[in-house]
Amino acid sequence: MATGKIFGINGPVLDITISSNDTAKGSFFRMSEMVLVGDERLIGEIIALDGSTANNGSSTAVVQVFEDTTGLKPGMDVIGTGSQLSVTLGPGIVANIFDGIERPLKSIEQSSGMFIGQGIHVDNLDTQKKWPTHFLARTGDIAEPGMIFAQTQETVSIMHRVMVPPNVSGVFTFVADDGEYTIVDDIAFVKSDTNADSDDNDAGIASLEFNESDTPAADDRVPLRLAQRWPIRVPRPVKRRMTVNRPLITGQRIIDTLFPIGKGGMAAIPGGFGTGKTMTQHQLAKWSDADLIVYIGCGERGNEMTEVLEDFSHLKDPRTGLSLMDRTILIANTSNMPVAAREASIYTGVSIAEYYRDMGYHVAMMADSTSRWAEALRELSGRLEEMPAEEGFPAYLSSRLSSFYERAGYVTTLNGSEGSITVIGAVSPQGADFSEPVTQNTKRFVRVFWALDRSLAYARHFPAIQWLTSYSEYMDDMENWYVEHVGREFLSHRQEILKILYEESNLMEIVKLLGSDVLPDSQQLTLEIARVIRLGYVQQNAYHSFDTYVPFEKQVKMMEVVLYLSDRCRKLLSSGLPFKALKQSNIFERVIAIKFDVPNDQPEKLNDYFKEIDKSLPKAAD
Amino acid sequence: MEYIGLSEIRGSSLVVLENVQNPAYEEIVNIKATGVRNKLGRVVQIMGDVVIVQVFEGTEDLSLKNTVTNFTGRPMEIKLSEEILGRVFDGMGRPIDGLGEVYAEQRVNINGKPINPVSRSYPRDYIKTGISAIDGLATLIRGQKLPIFSGNGLPHDQLAAQIVRQAEISKNAKIGEEDFAIVFAAMGVKYDVADFFQRAFEESGAIGRVVMFLNLANDPVTERIITPRAALTAAEYLAYEKGMHILVILTDMTSYAEALREISSARGEIPSRKGYPGYLYSELASLFERAGIIRGLKGSVTQIPILTMPNDDITHPVPDLTGYITEGQIVLDRAMHRKGVYPPVNILPSLSRLMKDGIGEGYTRSDHPDLANQIFSSYARANDARALASVIGEDELSEMDKKYLAFGAQLESKFINQSRGDNRSMLDTLNLGWDMLGLLPRAELDRLGTELLNERYTAKTEADL
Repeated sequence: MATGKIFGINGPVLDITISSNDTAKGSFFRMSEMVLVGDERLIGEIIALDGSTANNGSSTAVVQVFEDTTGLKPGMDVIGTGSQLSVTLGPGIVANIFDGIERPLKSIEQSSGMFIGQGIHVDNLDTQKKWPTHFLARTGDIAEPGMIFAQTQETVSIMHRVMVPPNVSGVFTFVADDGEYTIVDDIAFVKSDTNADSDDNDAGIASLEFNESDTPAADDRVPLRLAQRWPIRVPRPVKRRMTVNRPLITGQRIIDTLFPIGKGGMAAIPGGFGTGKTMTQHQLAKWSDADLIVYIGCGERGNEMTEVLEDFSHLKDPRTGLSLMDRTILIANTSNMPVAAREASIYTGVSIAEYYRDMGYHVAMMADSTSRWAEALRELSGRLEEMPAEEGFPAYLSSRLSSFYERAGYVTTLNGSEGSITVIGAVSPQGADFSEPVTQNTKRFVRVFWALDRSLAYARHFPAIQWLTSYSEYMDDMENWYVEHVGREFLSHRQEILKILYEESNLMEIVKLLGSDVLPDSQQLTLEIARVIRLGYVQQNAYHSFDTYVPFEKQVKMMEVVLYLSDRCRKLLSSGLPFKALKQSNIFERVIAIKFDVPNDQPEKLNDYFKEIDKSLPKAAD
Repeated sequence: MEYIGLSEIRGSSLVVLENVQNPAYEEIVNIKATGVRNKLGRVVQIMGDVVIVQVFEGTEDLSLKNTVTNFTGRPMEIKLSEEILGRVFDGMGRPIDGLGEVYAEQRVNINGKPINPVSRSYPRDYIKTGISAIDGLATLIRGQKLPIFSGNGLPHDQLAAQIVRQAEISKNAKIGEEDFAIVFAAMGVKYDVADFFQRAFEESGAIGRVVMFLNLANDPVTERIITPRAALTAAEYLAYEKGMHILVILTDMTSYAEALREISSARGEIPSRKGYPGYLYSELASLFERAGIIRGLKGSVTQIPILTMPNDDITHPVPDLTGYITEGQIVLDRAMHRKGVYPPVNILPSLSRLMKDGIGEGYTRSDHPDLANQIFSSYARANDARALASVIGEDELSEMDKKYLAFGAQLESKFINQSRGDNRSMLDTLNLGWDMLGLLPRAELDRLGTELLNERYTAKTEADL
């Protein structure tokens, strides 16, 4: 293995010198290689290499360290591991909580107590636990990349489909019998039909070796296990990317009906502090109809992760009735944890999401907050003395953001099944100013934009998604799904609701200057209907026993009731009735209260409202 | 190892040494110079045998020749034992009350370590402060970090002192007085402010249970980096080793951030917004995240950092980044102060993120969450009415808008406003909130369920209050 010595230390960034002897012997560091630093073997990664002659023949490298660097000294050893910074992918990930480089926090707690210490080495996944495994492939079968050859029940909700790694193909020369295996047991062998010698020159493939101390198989047989390794910065291959064509149903009215996101889509939630980014992310993590949730707490509060852990364990998935934690994976790199691991946490999360996508699952990934990740990039870039672009952010901010968001998508996997990753990233703009670099660059790559608004949040209108500035580009792609599932009217209804809200905002300009009394009756009606939509439809109470999650069918029906009310009122006005006469009935309040009065399991009650509207409104003037 | 001389002195906080054998990152160095008190410094950057040291007490009187630098091989530590209660320390944790050194039961690294999120226990017990604006609308929870965003000339110190004086941990937790202590850290504040707090603690009889760390406005800037860390280390020790409930007051966080900026600029680092270093967020987080409760341990650390918003601008990097880290904020407002409202809390931007799980049934009273929600929503509407009145005049307002106007005025003068000695009970605060809502017609209260309204709502006129 390549070795070097620490020369300079600046926060999480180290300069190391590599002796020319090593290089001559043919061991050298690679970009993005994982390294172990100092006596405590802190985990780091090579982020720059320099072999220019200016260094008297010895080359230098820059390492970022994922742990606190206090106490490191010049001259200490830096040892290469030969593989890129990688995650272990296998059963035991779901319902677990990891730090930014996939170390399970519970194991860290066992080894270093309530505070996270330096130089902790724990297994990424439990290597002792035995998983009852059922094999789907037989000796002699053809092994193709991504093929599912075994399965084990990982949690009550998730069947773990064990796949042939993407870079292995050939023939199964051995497949174990059904039984209990750990993630380090060899459960199958594949006689590879590719040239195994090429491994050395391919960091991606080399890293798939489970760990370096393993004795390689005597021949060119590749051992397969329940777990595989994958470098976090390399997207896992897929057969084909597909168009996003069906929505991710979240149970949140403003999202599902007004600004929907598709399965495999990407969305950003920007908002100043206190506007409810985290709250919205939590709601989505709880109620989305994804098979799996990967929740990344990137540079955020410790208590929030604790809250997710405590809440999700006793909340039930509305579709399956099983614990939400059984379909959730948490990655926690809180704001006081090392900054380099914060940068890595996003990639760790998305690699895990891709692994489950490859099994044919629909995964939703929440990253809270991508701004902290961007700031981690900025901090490291500053330490490297790179030329800054806007506001100190490095010039590669935009390309890093785009390559991250592009790992979302609806795909046909290597084994032919369909899976998706939906990425929902929170953005914390500095000073709540959406023109800052992270928000602007994110906006270029996402197709759904849920802009959170401070004045809505101040009035405790939640979710504080501003309907005028938010948008979703997926409507057209998903049109067929809506027509098929809830009918074509849905599209025009949605448009109608948005139109009323837009008209309201125009009228409010006048109202702010002159008061609402000066408006003609028809416009006063618009304001009233908009109020019904805002309070009764768009606003949703996350703490209410059933308003927190509303089935899509009920949302559609509620929309119909509101528009029916609007339509009836409009007709009465044109018959000559004054708006005051309409306002005297309490029907507007009754419709606003629908969300609390009609339980999710009795949507048929909504039908009564049409009659009630007819009854409560005064008769048309002659 | 001792080294004679320095190779460079950079501004008031940094020195450079060459040919240093085996330095360790972040280790503490002792700098002796003829005719000057010993100075402490910390290794902040290493390039081979060249070392950059940050000098806490400033570089005044150092010269390139007359100094002897001694590398201690240890990180910055403070001495702790239960004796620190009632003592006063300087910004570096050295006693300045003339009572001599502290017997050290432990020497603890002041940088602390991140609490493992799985070891935390989610905070759920409220702290009663007796202040309606806080108890009712932005409830303080034990283990929370809830800053006061203020401006120069606003009574944030008085408010903090009142919180300290009246703080009572909810009865659920069964905590005796002896389990409660205060850690006070002053960073770059005026002498008068430090003196005010000292007197306030004395008057409340709490002085024996207070630990003070004082870095005043004329004390060295670099020391300011250490002060909050020393204070939080003391707080963690008392909380997690001695099982106490600690309220930490940190003032003024803006001075702390300015100190960081000064040092960063001396080191020639690339600035981000308004010249603050790119790591300001991480730095602030490393302090604020030291609040909390640990599963299985008795104590807790609750933080009330105070910061002054330069030019009352809430989007300034310091309040902005703070708001992203802390669990809410209490925002003081100059307009409210001018109206004579004390505490001048602007309730709309004020928020307690942990409140949702620490109030209501089993904690305060079942109607609390909905009541608070309704007050926020109605007060926002009242402000709209006010804006309209300033354009078209009050007379031209609709009847409904006039009612909102009255509600807003009463809420400010009766609910938010209270005297500095007024210690309201939680039930008083909640009932007062209902009285205020009584000024509005029942149909307007869209956040309250029918049952709740039947139970609690009574229409009121201004004359009733």
